[in-house]
Amino acid sequence: MKTAVETQDLNLFYGDFQALKNINLRVKENSITALIGPSGCGKSTLLRTFNRMNDLIEGVRIEGRIVIEGENILAGGTDLVTLRKKVGMVFQRPNPFPLSIEENILFAPKIHKTAAKADHERIVEESLKSVLLWDNLKDKLGKNALNLTLEQQQRLCIARLLPVKPEILLMDEPCSALDPIATERIEELMRVLKEHYTILIVTHNMQQAARVSDDTGFMLLGELIEFASTGSIFTNPSDQRTNDYITGRFG
Amino acid sequence: MNLKSLKEQIIEKTIFLCGVTSVLFVVLIFIFLAKEGFALFKTVHPADFLTGRRWYPISDPPQFGILPLILGSLYVTFGATLISVPIGVASAVYISEIASSRVREVLKSGIELLAAIPSVVLGFIGITTLVPFMRNALNLPTGLTAFSGSLMLAFMAMPTIVSIAEDAITAVPKKYKEAALALGATHWQAIWRVVLRAASSGIVAAIMLGIGRVIGETMAVMMVTGNASRMPTSLFLPVRTLTATVAAEMGETVQGSAHYHALFAIGIVLFVITFIINLIADWAVHRKSK
Repeated sequence: MKTAVETQDLNLFYGDFQALKNINLRVKENSITALIGPSGCGKSTLLRTFNRMNDLIEGVRIEGRIVIEGENILAGGTDLVTLRKKVGMVFQRPNPFPLSIEENILFAPKIHKTAAKADHERIVEESLKSVLLWDNLKDKLGKNALNLTLEQQQRLCIARLLPVKPEILLMDEPCSALDPIATERIEELMRVLKEHYTILIVTHNMQQAARVSDDTGFMLLGELIEFASTGSIFTNPSDQRTNDYITGRFG
Repeated sequence: MNLKSLKEQIIEKTIFLCGVTSVLFVVLIFIFLAKEGFALFKTVHPADFLTGRRWYPISDPPQFGILPLILGSLYVTFGATLISVPIGVASAVYISEIASSRVREVLKSGIELLAAIPSVVLGFIGITTLVPFMRNALNLPTGLTAFSGSLMLAFMAMPTIVSIAEDAITAVPKKYKEAALALGATHWQAIWRVVLRAASSGIVAAIMLGIGRVIGETMAVMMVTGNASRMPTSLFLPVRTLTATVAAEMGETVQGSAHYHALFAIGIVLFVITFIINLIADWAVHRKSK
């Protein structure tokens, strides 16, 4: 399988604190890759380097390379708009804009001027269908998105990414604000989306990683301890620390 | 009854009294205004008062038409709003979204300082610098114009607009901006299409309170607008506002005369205008929470 994202000797510092230490990993195309580890291990930080969201934080320094489609996205001349169109992100707390459902979905097509006005209706329908919201919401497109349930909001946040036609979806604990039933449905959605997208998910729910992902990386204190297929990580980990974590001895 | 609960009772009652006092004062002021103002309408029809084009309170017979004064106030307020709203909202955006934390602190205290300048001082500066400048720059017969008043009042509305709009923009959760940036929006697109829209009700409230400040302002406007009570036809002619009329003439009227009552009736008109503006501001603030 082709490689979608590759990091080479990636180090990240918040001021004097080193949050990521020498990370090397390869994410396969059209697969789900999970990053697990205890709180503060750097898994969210790592995820946020892939679309350069860490740039928003003052005092961040990044070394190494992240290669997406043969280009080092950490290089000086990288166009963040192009990068973020290619690499979409779903956040921990659902964060739809306080606008109507329709405006949420059309936000990206409008700012990137990628669609004619005549196509707007079709885009809204297709996007909502992809996240299985269309049947419920087709009569309420003008309603404020903040009135939806949390699960619907998170689905909408995923739907909002799709018109941008990203290749990679970053999901930062996308289910942590949801109940178990909603979580199961979002996981089902991720399996569907895998057909067209490469998905990277951060989770501290080990069962979730085991259920949905193809590959899993275990992180601890800023290091990537082990990265392998999900099956082998959970049944036959090669590092003692991975074993201790997945068996619940710490974390 | 023990001593502790008695003490609690006394404190509660005292606080209640303090709370009620402010409302009581508003009611008393309104009753006083109404009593003195409505007395005018025994001799002058309210419609003639509001739409009359001549304000000649001491000629014989006197004429109490306040349309030129209402228009004077509106002209000055309109001009001040036109100047202060774009600049005020833009600086609120700059302070809350773009400036570094050091620049932000300096700007915020600077704007608070602007609010602390007494209006008579602003009027004094206006009359010695702005008025001659306007006369020379625009080649007008006099620099005492509605536009000069608008400029001075724009300065006075700015601190209100900036600080309230800035609060509203800062209160927009960071997650909206993050979401917009993650979708590939530029910084400006995120501000314009998401942050400002999310803060819109607070910004409307800021603008309304700024306008309220402008309409009620008296001193600076009296010093720079020329105070000619004639129908205004241009922003570059002298005008007289409602507030300036009351302030300038109240000292010279005979208590209980029609002129005296007419000034109180102007007070009622001002009261109603500011009340409506506050209502709009209030509505804008609470529109979101419904």
